[in-house]
Amino acid sequence: MCRLAAITSNEYFSPVENIAALETMKEGHDGSGMGLILKTLGGEFEELKDYPILSGICSKDGLHTLDDYLHKLGFKLKYAWTPRINPVRGITPRDYYFARVYDYPDVYKDRSLDEKEDLLLQTRLSLRKLGENDESIIVFSFYPDILTLKEVGDPLQLCEFFGLDNSPLKAKIILAQGRQNTNYAINMYACHPFFIQGYGSMTNGENTAFLPIREFLTSRNFPGYLGYNSDSEVFCHILHYTCKQLGYPLTYYKDVITPLKPEEIDMRPDSEALRLLKMSLRPLCIDGPNCVIAFTPDGTCLMVQDAKKLRPGAVGGIKGKYGLMSEECGLDSVVPKRDKSQDIFPMKYDMVIIKPGAEEVMVWNQLHG
Amino acid sequence: MEPASRLDHNHELAIKDFPYIVRWRDDRCKRCGRCTAVCPMLSIEPTVVVKRAVQSEGPAPEPKTIRYTATHIKQTTNIDRYCIGCGTCMLVCPNEAIEPEYNPQHKFNFHKNKGGHPYRRGGRRNDPNPSTLDRLRFTRISMLTDPALDAGRHEFRIRTYLGRILPADELPVTIVNGRLEVDKTTGKFMPPVREIYPLMIGSMSIGALSPTMWEGLAMGITYLNEVEGMPVVMCSGEGGMPHRLLKSRFLKYFIPQIASGYFGWDEIVRALPHMVEDPCAIEIKYGQGAKPGDGGLLMAHKVLKLISEIRGVPMGVDLPSPPTHQTQYSIEESVAKMILSMSMAWGFRVPVYPKISGSKTAKAVLNNLVRNPYAAGLSIDGEDGGTGAAYNVSMDTMGHPIASNLRECYLDLIKQGKQNQLPLIAAGGIGKKGNLASNAAALFMLGASAVSVGKYIMQAAAGCFGDEMNRCNVCNLGKCPRGITTQDPKLYRRLDPDVVAERVVEVYKSLDVELKKIFAPMGRSMELPIGMSDGISTDDPAIAERLQISYVC
Repeated sequence: MCRLAAITSNEYFSPVENIAALETMKEGHDGSGMGLILKTLGGEFEELKDYPILSGICSKDGLHTLDDYLHKLGFKLKYAWTPRINPVRGITPRDYYFARVYDYPDVYKDRSLDEKEDLLLQTRLSLRKLGENDESIIVFSFYPDILTLKEVGDPLQLCEFFGLDNSPLKAKIILAQGRQNTNYAINMYACHPFFIQGYGSMTNGENTAFLPIREFLTSRNFPGYLGYNSDSEVFCHILHYTCKQLGYPLTYYKDVITPLKPEEIDMRPDSEALRLLKMSLRPLCIDGPNCVIAFTPDGTCLMVQDAKKLRPGAVGGIKGKYGLMSEECGLDSVVPKRDKSQDIFPMKYDMVIIKPGAEEVMVWNQLHG
Repeated sequence: MEPASRLDHNHELAIKDFPYIVRWRDDRCKRCGRCTAVCPMLSIEPTVVVKRAVQSEGPAPEPKTIRYTATHIKQTTNIDRYCIGCGTCMLVCPNEAIEPEYNPQHKFNFHKNKGGHPYRRGGRRNDPNPSTLDRLRFTRISMLTDPALDAGRHEFRIRTYLGRILPADELPVTIVNGRLEVDKTTGKFMPPVREIYPLMIGSMSIGALSPTMWEGLAMGITYLNEVEGMPVVMCSGEGGMPHRLLKSRFLKYFIPQIASGYFGWDEIVRALPHMVEDPCAIEIKYGQGAKPGDGGLLMAHKVLKLISEIRGVPMGVDLPSPPTHQTQYSIEESVAKMILSMSMAWGFRVPVYPKISGSKTAKAVLNNLVRNPYAAGLSIDGEDGGTGAAYNVSMDTMGHPIASNLRECYLDLIKQGKQNQLPLIAAGGIGKKGNLASNAAALFMLGASAVSVGKYIMQAAAGCFGDEMNRCNVCNLGKCPRGITTQDPKLYRRLDPDVVAERVVEVYKSLDVELKKIFAPMGRSMELPIGMSDGISTDDPAIAERLQISYVC
């Protein structure tokens, strides 16, 4: 089972905390990859919040291609960050890991956020395509205040490899996943967490309904719904489709992926609309086993389970700092001085929602709406 | 010169020319006469034969030839009374003295056209080979890498939707206080949708079926709905429904079918003001998988009093439905006129969908329906479907297998992003080899939202003798030895409707368990695995390529 460690806080913290939590949850053989998404960045990125950050990996040739392409589009490089790589046995370093901050092309400066988001998405997809065949360019995200880092290896070793323990890199929301029990020859695009236009998610478990979900998403005529090297990427895109494309409130994400039965829907105050939703979005119903941890553009974090609660998941902390973990020992690592009796283990109908800034935790119950 | 045929019987058929040879055992037979009395074709008859024997009665051998008469059971060589291999004789014989045996060397098809009339029969395509559906296996077993679903203990919901489903971005919903509400000010047409059990009983008419068979099926599905909580529905077939049923609350479990002969629809329209429930849906039959290009056919000897009343026709006349709807000139008109008329009759509260025979042109029909907001689905009936009466040539050689036809329609819907909007109902040969659950599940995974079965139900619920070796298959003659497809009271009173109903319930309950046993290890429980084609494989590379599924060996 892959390990999930997400932390949301009102203060900046280092991703090392997430990695330490992952380490406590380690069971058996591990090492086929780790992914980090940092949101609401601190350190050297704190002053650059309005500018999109392109995160990824590229070869030397790929960097030239990337620079040329972005230059042609009118993006201007403002800042380039790269981790200080320390050689670690077993991890083969790639040429260039980067998080590059750009200023928008002049014509986009006064455009709406939607238009800017579309530009960033199209640009990321074009770069992905440019480097796909020879893996010269791998891009994970291109969005303001979001940084993504991924590589194959044991999370603790990768922490050393990227020099994260000595890095000033910090953020207020960090999602980390350690892939366990999968193959090493993975495509880097299959590595969690996933991100699209402000929405990020990571999941453990197998998405048994992956194919019809993928076919549904790819036939929505939205350019960002592609890739799917991992069957879990769809969880992120369903969140985006539900909240951004359809404009539904966040809680309906739970109603989309694990819809209620008709007799349960009858008990909900919004039953009339919910009945329509259940039918129209039938192909997006998952059947687990999955635990999904995600964030939305405003910094809300959430955890939901499959309809049978076939995976563990725990949320706990103190006001101002909460952890969302696949196992409780991860919480002990991140917020040891919390009231454990207040820990939340979301069940089949629950959606745990942590407000931006880790202000408050609420458990939304699907049965009651 | 006078031909010698009178002497050597040349121009007559030998028993060896017939598809079934009756094996009768003199030593076991007690001459009770039950077999000859029950034979629906009068293929066997009691005869008196003269036999020769050599006897010796004295203390010393004194062989004498004597002649004596004996009673025998004789199989006729009259092709009009050929043995259909039904085995009813075997069923009634107290001493196991008789049984029909299939004769693979028969020459039946060379001779069954007396008077220039081609061979007509009921049943199905005479192809005993496994269908494509039987070549598919469920190979993605999720339980090995993740917590498994338990078919016995976990909650499953095996349901589907019949009706047009609006895409999410067209739903008239609005957000009020953080909740979605239906915006009724838009005046948007909301198509009617039914939640049903995904295996429907296919269209078999009263008339084609005997009153006892139809009653048994109707009781069975009513029990499933009202006692077992399984919303199984059944299509009436062409020819209307009993008046009392039309006016009853049970109408909601039925799908009245309108076909090209419009038989029974005068009565249905007259009953409209008296209906207390809407029917589940309306099926418009444009084609039948077993006999594409042929209309329905109810032979005169089946048109007795009850049928003539229900259908609104005189007794004792052939009731052929035209191959096409005569009032229509094009698919566009069919869709526009017929679907809209039927929808209007019930105030747009009832889903209306067409049924076509499997065909290379199915995609054209589909695409027409996709663009019609009133079309509630498309039922495609493959070549292995059954029929009560048709020309042998149509049944054996016309038609399209369901698997690839359904698959290409589903893939076409995906291309258009409309895979969840117009449900595809697959029919024709499901459970041909008895594998009802696995055939149905495979079709769901290829893209069907529901499947429809007829023959399997007849075989499982009423013991229909028919098979793909042309056994029995005399549904058209009204001589059904089981009493399933006859209007002759002497025959249909053999069939106990209570037993049929009980068997229908048993079939569905066991099907439900088997579907769970397939879905659970694949990790599907709360929705049907529609389009989960990564879960199935085949050992035939050509099938794999055509259906776009994986090949395994």
